[in-house]
This record gives sequence, C-alpha cells and structure tokens, in this order.
Amino acid sequence: MIRIEPRAATSQAFKLGLPVLSAVIALLAAAIPLAFAGANILTAYGEMVKGVFGSLFAVSEMLTRATPLIFTGLAAALAFRARLWNIGAEGQLYLGAMAAVAIGAGAIEAPSYILVPVIIVMGCAAGAAGMVVPTVLKTRFGADEVVTTLLLNFIVLIFLQYMLEGPLKDPMGMGWPQSAPILDEGTLPGLMTRMRVHSGLIIALVAAAVAQVMLSRSVWGFKLRAVGENAPAARHAGIGVDRTLLSVAIVSGGLAGMAGVSEVAGLKGYLTADLSPGFGYTGIVVAMLAGLSPVGVVVAALFIASVFVGADSMSRSMGVSSYLADLIVSMSLLCVLIGGFFARYKITRSAPTKGEAS
Amino acid sequence: MTDTKVLSLNGLSKRFGSVIANDCVDLELHKGEVLALLGENGAGKTTLMNMLFGHYMPDAGTVEVADEAGQMQALPLGHPQAALAAGIGMVHQHFALAENLSALNNIVLGSERLSLLRRDLKAARAKIERIMQHTGLTVTLDTPVGRLSVGERQRVEILKALYRDVRILVLDEPTAVLTPQEADTLFENIGAMTREGLSVIFISHKLREVLAFSQRIAVLRHGKKVGEIATAEADERIIARMMVGADTPETARQEMTPGAPVLTLQDVSVTGRSKRDSLTGANLTVHAHEILGIAGVSGNGQSALAGLISGLNRPTSGRVTLAAEEVAQVTPTNMIKAGVGRIPEDRHHDGMVGAMSVAENMVIERLSDPEVQSAGFLKKDAITANAEKLTADYDVRGPGVGARARLLSGGNIQKMILARVFEQSPKLILANQPTRGLDMLAASEVARRLLEARAAGAGIVLISEDLDEILGLADRVVVIHDGEMIEAETRDREAIGLMMAGEVTPHEPQQSGAETQ
Repeated sequence: MIRIEPRAATSQAFKLGLPVLSAVIALLAAAIPLAFAGANILTAYGEMVKGVFGSLFAVSEMLTRATPLIFTGLAAALAFRARLWNIGAEGQLYLGAMAAVAIGAGAIEAPSYILVPVIIVMGCAAGAAGMVVPTVLKTRFGADEVVTTLLLNFIVLIFLQYMLEGPLKDPMGMGWPQSAPILDEGTLPGLMTRMRVHSGLIIALVAAAVAQVMLSRSVWGFKLRAVGENAPAARHAGIGVDRTLLSVAIVSGGLAGMAGVSEVAGLKGYLTADLSPGFGYTGIVVAMLAGLSPVGVVVAALFIASVFVGADSMSRSMGVSSYLADLIVSMSLLCVLIGGFFARYKITRSAPTKGEAS
Repeated sequence: MTDTKVLSLNGLSKRFGSVIANDCVDLELHKGEVLALLGENGAGKTTLMNMLFGHYMPDAGTVEVADEAGQMQALPLGHPQAALAAGIGMVHQHFALAENLSALNNIVLGSERLSLLRRDLKAARAKIERIMQHTGLTVTLDTPVGRLSVGERQRVEILKALYRDVRILVLDEPTAVLTPQEADTLFENIGAMTREGLSVIFISHKLREVLAFSQRIAVLRHGKKVGEIATAEADERIIARMMVGADTPETARQEMTPGAPVLTLQDVSVTGRSKRDSLTGANLTVHAHEILGIAGVSGNGQSALAGLISGLNRPTSGRVTLAAEEVAQVTPTNMIKAGVGRIPEDRHHDGMVGAMSVAENMVIERLSDPEVQSAGFLKKDAITANAEKLTADYDVRGPGVGARARLLSGGNIQKMILARVFEQSPKLILANQPTRGLDMLAASEVARRLLEARAAGAGIVLISEDLDEILGLADRVVVIHDGEMIEAETRDREAIGLMMAGEVTPHEPQQSGAETQ
C-alpha cells in the first residue's frame, strides 16, 4: 500500500534543489512539442542558449526583460509572505507608468538629478495607492483582496486607454493612442552604449537586496512574517496586524509601480497600452518559483527572462512557435507547486493491508 | 457484572508516520461492566477506540465481539458499519448532531432506509420512551437539538446509540463538558444501563470519576497498556503513577496575605457574538500574591473575560484599572506595557507563530524593547542569547532555539510561553486553561511556576474548566455563568457545581426573579 505521510522537516537542500529541478524538468518536457513541430531538438536548444548568452546584445536583452520581472516578483513575494494576495501588480505597474509620463513628459522641467527621483517616487506612490485601496477594503470590510486586486487590473487598463486617448495623448503622435515621450532629463540612464539594458536593473537588484535584509533582520520584516504565518497570534502579541498589512501593501504596490516606471522611463520612453506583456502576472510565477525569497526572485526572474528571450530567438531561427516559452514557464511553475507537496509530505510503501486509515 | 466476555481486543497496533499511537494493546470487556480507559493526552485512548469502531484500520491485531448468542466472532476491521452491526456504539467527545432537527429525528437519523416511503415515527418514539424509562436518560424528544443544553445533547447521543440496540457503548471523555452534577447524573444512568446488560468503556483522564464509577481500570501510556487494576484495589496515587510512570511532585499552596489590588473591573461589559461570548456588568478585583480561580462550564463568558484581560476585546462599558491606573484603551500592546502576562487558552493558535523560530517567539511581545532591536533592526545575537538562557531556565526541550516553534511538543510550547510571560515579571498574569492537554508532569510544572509567580507578588487570574485544578491552586473562587460572575463563598464542590449550572444566583435582587427556576 502506498501511503502519504507528513514530513517533520524539509531539508535546505530540498528547498534549493526544488526550483532548479523543476526548471530542468520543464526544459526537458519542452522537447516533446519541439519534436512534434519537426525541429531538431539539440539545434533548437542550441539556438535558445545562443539567443540568451550568445552575444553581449543577447545578454543585454535578457537582463532588460528580467528587470520588470524582478520588481513585480518582489511585489508578489513580499505581499504573499504576509498572506496579502496581491494579484494586481499588472494594474499597479500601469499606474506607476502613468504617473511617470504624467510628470516626466514635460509637466515639470528640471535637471535629471531632480526629475528622475521625482518620477520614481511618484510612480511608486501611484502603484502603492493601487494596492492600499484593496487592502483598506480588506482590513475594514473584509473584502477578499484576491478579487479586488484582480478586478482593479481591468479598471486600471480601461482608465489607461482613456488617458491615452485623452489627457496623456501625445499631440505629436499622429493619432496613435500613446503618451508624449519622457524628457531626456527624466530617462533612466542606460548601462552600456547601444544596448537596451538600463539602470532600472541596478535599482531592481538594490531593491531585492534591501527587501532580503528587511525581511530577515528588521522589526518590520519580523512583523510581516508573524502576520503572514499566524495573524491571530501576532494580534495577541500586540503586533498591529492591519497596520502591518497596510505597510506591506504600500511596499508591494510601490514595487509594482516601479516596474512601470522602469519600463517607461528606462526602456520605451513613452507609454502605450501594451507596455507590459503581463509582467504583473508573470511576477506571481517568479515569486512562487523563488519560494517567496527576495534573492530567489532575482534568480527566478533571470531564468524566466532567459526562457522568453531564448524562445523568441529560437522561434525566429527555427520557425517554431514562441509560445513554447509560455509552456516552459508554466511547466516549471507546475513542477514547483507539485514539488511543494513533496516538501511537506513523503510517500512510503508498506506491506499491503486492506483499507486506508483516515 | 458477569464473567461473560463480550469484547476482546488482541494485539492492536497503529502508527501514524513515525508516531506509534498504539503498540500491541490487549483489552477485554465483560457483560455489564464499566471499564475505564485511563491515560494522559496522547496515550492512545481515542485511537484504540477508533480502531474498535472501524474509523481507523489497525496495522496489526484483531477484534472479537460476542454475537447475540454470546459466541465470540471476529469483527471485520476498518468498517464502522460492521462495528454498528456487531452492537458497538460510540459517543464522541464532539457531538455529531443536526441542530435544527428534533431530538427524536436525531436519534432515528441514519437508522432508516433511504428508500422508505413512510416513516414509522410512532414505533420509534415508543421504543425511545421505553429506553428512557429503563435508563433514566430523559430528554424532550420534540425540542430541536440546538435548544438543548450540552448535557441533554449528550443524552441524545447516548440514546442514539442505545436505539440501535448496542451491547457495548464507548464514551469518549463524556464529562469534559458537564457540570459536576450533570456528570453524577450521567454515571447514575450508566449504572442503570449496565444492570440491563450493557457493557461500557469510558475514556477519561480524571482520576476522581474513574475511581468513583468504574469497576475496572485499564491504563495506557505512550500507546502501550501499562496496567489493569480492579477499581476496588486502586487509589489516586497508584493509578497516577501508572499513568505517568513516576510520582508527580505535589504542588503545595501556602497561605499568603494578599497585597494591593493589581486588577479591578468595575461594571465591565464585553459584547461578543452571543451571550455566551459576553460579559455583563462584571466586577472583579485581583490582588498581588493572590490566585483568583474562575470556575465555570466552557462557553459561559470565559473567552470574553480572557479576551478583555489579553487586550483583544474592548469593553463596551465600565472601567478597567491595572495597578491603580485606569487603562484608557484596552489593546494587547497597552496591556503588555501595563505589566499583564498572558497565557492564552489555545497555545498553538494564539500563543506562538509556529513557522517562526523559538527565539523569535520568545521576543514577539516586546519588539520595541531596546534589548531586542535598535533603530528598527533586530539584535539577532541578543535574541538568540535570550532564548538560550530562557530555554535553559525553563527547561524547554526541542531541536534548538533556531528551530521552528512548531517542532516543539505541547508541553514544551507551554514552557516557552511561560518563559516569555514570567521573564517580564508581570504584575498580573492571565492563565487561561494553562494545563489543558499537558501531561501530568508538565501540568505540575505549570502549577509550580504559577505559585512561584504568586509568591513573587503577581496577581493571577486562573481560568479553568477543571474544578479540581482551581480548588488546588486558587485563593479565591469566582464562578462564571452566562456572562455573569459571582464569588463563591465556599470551597465545597457541590455548592460550586450548582453555581456553575446557574442554579444559584445569590444577592442579585434585580435579576433573581428572572433567573431562578
């Protein structure tokens, strides 16, 4: 008889090995549809690796893609650690981006050492506001934040379309629904000449490091973890649960807003309704792959960005669909979720007896 | 009682993961006998009975039950239906009754075929009334169960079993929810039932009732049967030693002169979700060097009182004074700052964050203390050192201070909470069910620590459903019933029991007319 028993403890090696193993399984499993598509599997994977690491340009593209994912991954990871289910990073990203173009596209003229920080602060504030509203609805009225944050995404997207057709519309944009470009003084500086990778990446890495330290070493991080793991005990111990959730909402929403600022002020220069190909939602996958650890988020974001960029490159040179990237990412998430079960339970075989204990 | 065997468990074993719940347990039951199955929490009593009743599949062993002709037959294991058919009935600690149905319908529920077109309730009622007459177990059959008292609900559960013509009845901790009077009535009823030929196994950890009402005692410890003794030959010392495997240290309470008041409640009301969850116009004074025992049947306002002292429940009216200073706003933080140490009732749920380390749990109530943090950052070394010292002083055993608190055993979790509370030298200690679920050694350790804190000058509010515990520790006894508190002028079990049942409401002129029966 096969039985499922809870584990007393999960080893550190298992926790670290699980996401790596999941990624490997996902990559191996992707060979099956590749073979069906008639591609030579080895060549295809070769193209993929070349597309990510084959040149300085490829690496730059991968890092550029990873930057917003680090921000949204951190937004999800911190909120989830507090059991605050922020599914609204996509909307918060656009709120941040809108704030960035509203200020940076000519409304204020200032030297870059003033304008860039102002854009960043206002973008984060806009994203934070987008998360504070559902959190207050949760703490005051018990509204489920999964529903409110998810639905707010669509509200923000419709608001964005209105803004791009109205107040934020670029008068020189030939009628396209896009904002005016951000002034040069408001642009995040690039990191390498003729490459797209920009200083948003540095901010993302610093944010991850700070989040890691705050989570494990600060009183705020202590409260966040206590509220997430056992809110009644935290309340009993005198930790302000609502206040802690609110502070987490500000940080989480702010990070998601920063993803928008970084994309619009570091990469695109102006805002369109397709700024994000779902970075907010992919951030949730990044956070789960990372086991909700801030440092893990950086690694997971680099992995997912590599898969996307590599699959794009492979699809161009081999003629197979780039949807393969989505397949690999989804597979690795599924593997991590299934692995999470094995982290808590082990399956043992024993002598066959009749029936099963309840 | 006769010598006819009706049940025999042979070598039953059961393990859950690495935990051995039962290890090769043999047990026999005779016709008309009351067998007490005694053991501490986690000794394997309930697991054993669940195997008998078919809820669990044993890993090894067999069960034989006498059929109607008195022949021993092997019982197919793992099938509750087979156990029912063999005449075994079980009344669980937590009742399984449909609150919106009448007592009659609850008793009949499940014994009728689903394809039945017309229900013969008249015959059922006649049969139940006959059983009630024989056993003295009376309930009003047409009242919805939701409106019955806990004792009445238990009678419905027992009648449900008897209605199915059981010959063996298992009662799991039947007195846990009853007042002393209700418990005595229950045992009288059981006596009547056994004279009719019923055999009863009752699970308990209360020595007093086991000695008073059983004929034979079987003791389980760590899943093994460690002894069996005729009740006539047993006394509390002997069976306590069988349960624990060692002598439990006596906790002797010395008389002390109470000091200044540390907690005063003046006409304090707390509104909960129901009347049972509320306090109405409570007046209470706790002095230094004093243990005040709050006796009562669970669900009579204890949680409201505990919530108030913990700071979780805000009073809707009245004044709360701590050490001569009125508490402006009742919050957990303010109560902790005012010197209140809280030992919560549900230590897993409210007392600790299981996923965080033992060291972190030991400082969770004083995150603003400069010993714990500076400028918003945790002093990890100081927190670890603090935990190392406290685990040594309070003998908290486990995989280390860096390990998750969840990995500690129940007794060690309670010691961790005691260390956290007592180390702050609180002026007032709320001890809500501090020994529930603990083994006797751990429980006597808790009692010793409470008496130590009392000697050091703390005032202690001890809430317990175990009257023996209160009488053993408390300097004064207050009875809580239906959200109202009355000081008991006596230490007589009978008199306090009547007050717990709400049958005595002295010196309450405005309400006595409405309340007395």
